[in-house]
Amino acid sequence: MLDLINIFVKAIFIENMIFAYFLGMCSYLAVSKTIKTGVGLGAAVIFVLGVTVPVNYLLENYVLKEGALSWLSEDFATVDLSFLSFIMFIAVIASIVQLVEMVVEKFAPALYGALGIFLPLIAVNCSILGGALFMQERQYSTIAEATSFGLGSGVGWFLAIVAIAAIREKIKYSNVPPALRGLGITFIITGLMGMAFMAFMGIEL
Amino acid sequence: MSTEVKDAPVKEAKIKEPSEPLFSKKNKKLITDPLNDSNPITVQVLGICSALAITVQVKQAIVMSLSVLAVLIGGNLIISLIRNIIPSRIRIIVQLVVVAALVILVDQVLKAYVYDVSKALSVFVGLIITNCIIMGRLEAFALANKPWPSILDAIGNGLGYGWILVAVAVVRELFGSGSLLGFKLLPEGFYNFGYMNNNLMILPPMALITVGVIIWIQRTKNTALIEEH
Repeated sequence: MLDLINIFVKAIFIENMIFAYFLGMCSYLAVSKTIKTGVGLGAAVIFVLGVTVPVNYLLENYVLKEGALSWLSEDFATVDLSFLSFIMFIAVIASIVQLVEMVVEKFAPALYGALGIFLPLIAVNCSILGGALFMQERQYSTIAEATSFGLGSGVGWFLAIVAIAAIREKIKYSNVPPALRGLGITFIITGLMGMAFMAFMGIEL
Repeated sequence: MSTEVKDAPVKEAKIKEPSEPLFSKKNKKLITDPLNDSNPITVQVLGICSALAITVQVKQAIVMSLSVLAVLIGGNLIISLIRNIIPSRIRIIVQLVVVAALVILVDQVLKAYVYDVSKALSVFVGLIITNCIIMGRLEAFALANKPWPSILDAIGNGLGYGWILVAVAVVRELFGSGSLLGFKLLPEGFYNFGYMNNNLMILPPMALITVGVIIWIQRTKNTALIEEH
């Protein structure tokens, strides 16, 4: 249990998707103009990461990895399909996003109203595929660990986008040099926030 | 994907005459525009994700830009060739599959010829699939244009992406480790006088700040790009 909490906290603060790996920057920059949209997209990312990372974990361990197919028959013990992982992961992500969109629309119209327009954006959010690829690279030993990594990364991304949205709402009232307005200052603020988040580096959990 | 995709080039290319020369003025513009005035990173805000993470060393940045350029050209060409038979409902999935197949090819080539760089790039080769530049150009350009302009557009955007990447990497490697492409540039004497490599440059946040400064310089020169908050 402690392991899971460690992975969760580590994924939020130390290995933050935005500040340590710059994943999902495109939507982070485009959708962070107001807190409301930031919260919507952030929640959608938590949700999708929490679902796709475990599914991709199963795929990785029972289909793609070398010897992963040996549960089918002894003959497959040496089959290594890992070169297919990119295309499999992205297909899983695209279809789960589509599925989630339909399910949410049917059973939770209010939630759909809040998340709706953000869900299609998420299929091409680097942090989702990044989560799957990091999961593959780090070789988590159980599905619970993979899930807590996925949720943690999502929460870290959520924190980052809400924080920058709040700062951008306030910075409208400041006198920023004209050439830096908008995109430029957002980059620099993100850099400064990244430095602040680096205070968490080196903490061993 | 960014919502701020500027699809200005599309309109220009749509009215193209079939019999115009290969390197007409319009076609040249397709290549030169993305280098500066509609640069994919600093103006269209596409493909930031991978651009920042792999700019610690110039070598990685060059390999990454070439990979993106190759995938972009291939993707733009294929999508442009089949643009009339893709049902628009499932176009995102078709695009993802085409791009993913190209990225697998690039990944295998990198693993075979430059294994150390491929290890250093780790997940970021795979992330070319979701690189917003690729999807953005496929959506905004290749779906509406003939193959040849699409290739030119891909080359232009790939180079526009590449030069920002290499510029950021040069700054970070020069000040962060005192070398370029792995060769020591600063003489030992500097260090004897107390010069130190700026380790902050190697860390992630400085990539963002370097790009921020590039944007600042670019917009000071070209005031038309300045946004209102």
